[in-house]
Amino acid sequence: MNTLEQDLEKLVYERPDTLVETTTHYCPGCTHGVAHRLIAEVIEEMGLRDRTIGVASVGCSVFAYNYFDFDFVQAPHGRAPAMATGVKRTLPDRVVLTYQGDGDLASIGMGEIVHAAARGENITVVFLNNANYGMTGGQMAPTTLPGQKTSTSPSGRDVETAGFPIRASEMLSTLDGSSYVVRRSLHDPKSIRLAKKALRTAFEVQIRGLGFSMVELLSICPTNWGMTPVDSLHWLESNMLPYYPVGDYKINPIVAEIKI
Amino acid sequence: MQTDIIISGFGGQGVLFAGQLLSYAAMDEGKNVTWIPSYGPEMRGGTANCTVVVSDEEIGSPMVRFPDAVIVMNLPSLDKYESLVKPGGLLVINTSIIDRKATRTDIRVVEVPANEIAEEIGDRRLTNMVLLGCLVSNLPILPLAAISKALKEHLPARHQKLIPANMQAIEKGASFQAAPVR
Amino acid sequence: MARELLKGNVAIAEAAIRAGLTSYFGYPITPQTELLEYLSARMPEEGRAFVQAESELGAINMVYGAACTGARVMTSSSSPGISLMLEGLSYIAGTEVPMVLVDVMRGGPGLGNIAPAQSDYNQIVHGGGHGDYHVIALAPANVQEAIDMTVLAFDLAEKYRSIAVVLIDGSLGQMMEPAELPPFKPLATQFPEWAVRGAEGGRERRFLSSIYLSPPEEEKANLRMLRRWKDVEANEIRYKEYFMEDAKYVVTGFGSSGRVALSAVRAARAEGIPVGLLRPITVSPFPYKVYEELSKKVDGMLVVEMNTGQMLEDVLKAAQGRTPVEFYGRVGGIVPLPDEILTEIHRLVEEKPAVGGHPRDRWMDRMIKMN
Ligand SMILES: Cc1ncc(C[n+]2csc(CCOP(=O)(O)OP(=O)(O)O)c2C)c(N)n1
Ligand code: SF4
Ligand SMILES: [Mg+2]
Repeated sequence: MNTLEQDLEKLVYERPDTLVETTTHYCPGCTHGVAHRLIAEVIEEMGLRDRTIGVASVGCSVFAYNYFDFDFVQAPHGRAPAMATGVKRTLPDRVVLTYQGDGDLASIGMGEIVHAAARGENITVVFLNNANYGMTGGQMAPTTLPGQKTSTSPSGRDVETAGFPIRASEMLSTLDGSSYVVRRSLHDPKSIRLAKKALRTAFEVQIRGLGFSMVELLSICPTNWGMTPVDSLHWLESNMLPYYPVGDYKINPIVAEIKI
Repeated sequence: MQTDIIISGFGGQGVLFAGQLLSYAAMDEGKNVTWIPSYGPEMRGGTANCTVVVSDEEIGSPMVRFPDAVIVMNLPSLDKYESLVKPGGLLVINTSIIDRKATRTDIRVVEVPANEIAEEIGDRRLTNMVLLGCLVSNLPILPLAAISKALKEHLPARHQKLIPANMQAIEKGASFQAAPVR
Repeated sequence: MARELLKGNVAIAEAAIRAGLTSYFGYPITPQTELLEYLSARMPEEGRAFVQAESELGAINMVYGAACTGARVMTSSSSPGISLMLEGLSYIAGTEVPMVLVDVMRGGPGLGNIAPAQSDYNQIVHGGGHGDYHVIALAPANVQEAIDMTVLAFDLAEKYRSIAVVLIDGSLGQMMEPAELPPFKPLATQFPEWAVRGAEGGRERRFLSSIYLSPPEEEKANLRMLRRWKDVEANEIRYKEYFMEDAKYVVTGFGSSGRVALSAVRAARAEGIPVGLLRPITVSPFPYKVYEELSKKVDGMLVVEMNTGQMLEDVLKAAQGRTPVEFYGRVGGIVPLPDEILTEIHRLVEEKPAVGGHPRDRWMDRMIKMN
């Protein structure tokens, strides 16, 4: 490379320092990686690295602690909000986040998340909704859409026997303890920018001690959906978005004043 | 008599299916047989292998450290299993994607350009069948016809049209004979 | 019926259907998930109840409710999920209603991994949940036995108003073997006199509970359950012996450990070593008497497990220092291979270890040196 070329080179995209340099175990095209990057960028931009503690859940993101360069613990399936409560109550000045899948948060862990929100627990929950159980090979999740085929709803989710999908953000927004509950999507660059902004707000909420914050992120699972990553993004847009509209479901009036 | 076989390669090379077909054939010939895949974190890592034990008596361990015969479909598999084959045992190497030779002289080695053969027949996915045909023809455990019979009996109806090509692959593989122990 | 090539998990699921499984409740967890997936298709096909519960906690209590109706009910899970079910199991035991539980064990403790292990032995055999209760625990070692033991589990659970567990490890769940499925049993039309199904025809009402506020009543209930357990102990012990007629040494292990040991025992026999294999099939009730008698005859025993020596304690209790007992275990999801066990047989025969000390301590010393 000659010097002229070097001068013309301008780095526009860099790995944030809070993201460890390592190969990912996620499948090609999986948006778990995008969510990780957004969190790392926000933690770094806010200068929170040294006082953030993450709580990993059980799902494909069980190894989240391998990617973030800050402290982490790892919870039993569904119990991350309880573990986060324990960490936060013991170390109130730390920033505590959980990273949970839809099976983890809205199925086995429904009790823990509801009560963390009801208590107004001052933690931030990143909720990754990919409409199935990714890690165990694509079983039906509480968020699986009506008619959606999974390995335990082989003829498509039958709402007569398997019930209806749960809209976790809408549900948690009804609790007085929740301060900031929003849904965003990871299916295109504009949505991703909005998702990042929401994460930033969520951490601001926690830092200001305003109580429970959660950002739900609609995400893809190309491997278990049996589609290419690109088709998966389209599928998300045309199937998940109508059922799970992006939006702000709970904004504490003080939060509304936060300018970022 | 008992024969312990390992088939190993990348996920997607049909390693598990080749082992299952062999197991069906052994079962239909009245043998005892076990088929056990590697599962778990290894799956994501991209390597896949299965162990097939064929025996005339009740089978003890379905897993073995020192196999009688191994098919290696990629280099990591050759590196892992070459040293473990029992002396006098059989090693079938897919030379299409393995550019290293076996170094052992106390085992029977047979080299098969299986990808090229499969492509000649018209479908790259037949690589595993070429190698399986080679394995069976070099072991005294089952007649080659048992494999074709198993294909006919156990392949779902919608795949039956693939049988002629599969048979061609198996027979082509069977024409490769291992050099005797040097 | 012809032999079919069946995967352990699928074989158990289909055997349960044929044994008259009316309602199944479960939750995904590797290496058990094929059971749930298979039944998600097959149960609706047969017009029977299938629910993927919100958690293992949900699943076991769905089972609790279904079991109270006297129907044949089952759930399945793997180690961490079984831990969550223990509360429900204690309630079900205390209510004296039958159910079948399949535990496809994996490495632990905690989240551990998804590789095969046998470290739920204590959790299953020696309780786990609170209170005095026993479960019948069957430990098949091959796919045919897994099928037969599943059918038997339903029969025994009903006969003794007990929980019956089919205890296997992940490798048996994932492995394929030729096996024969049983014929279809029709679903029950007659139900036991305790079953809660609605007081049809104006019969006296029934209720099922595990609460006995009055201690003397609770004591009576405990003794009633214990009496039933004594019958189980007297009638239902099962085990399998190999090369035992002239054996001077005995290798013993349940499930996969037992079958791996068979290869080692054969190899030792080929060398002329007079060694046999005892493979318990009921690990609860445990065949204490069989081990006790053996300990009077043999020159040494080797216990092989995929844990740090859980069944070992039961063997030691039976052997009472009458013969040397040695232990070999692999843990964390590692399956011992025949050559390792053969080495241990050689050691047992050549070193003639003394009675006394603890076999686990000696094993640990060897493992630490190895690692
Ligand atoms: C108590 C318990 N039950 C079940 C499991 C098995 N398990 C591991 S991950 C998982 C589902 C994860 O799905 P989700 O939370 O949607 O995350 P994703 O993988 O889709 O990101 C399950 C059921 C477990 N580890 N522990
Ligand atoms: S299984 Fe699905 S959610 Fe998990 S890493 Fe792969 S694509 Fe992502
Ligand atoms: Mg999910």
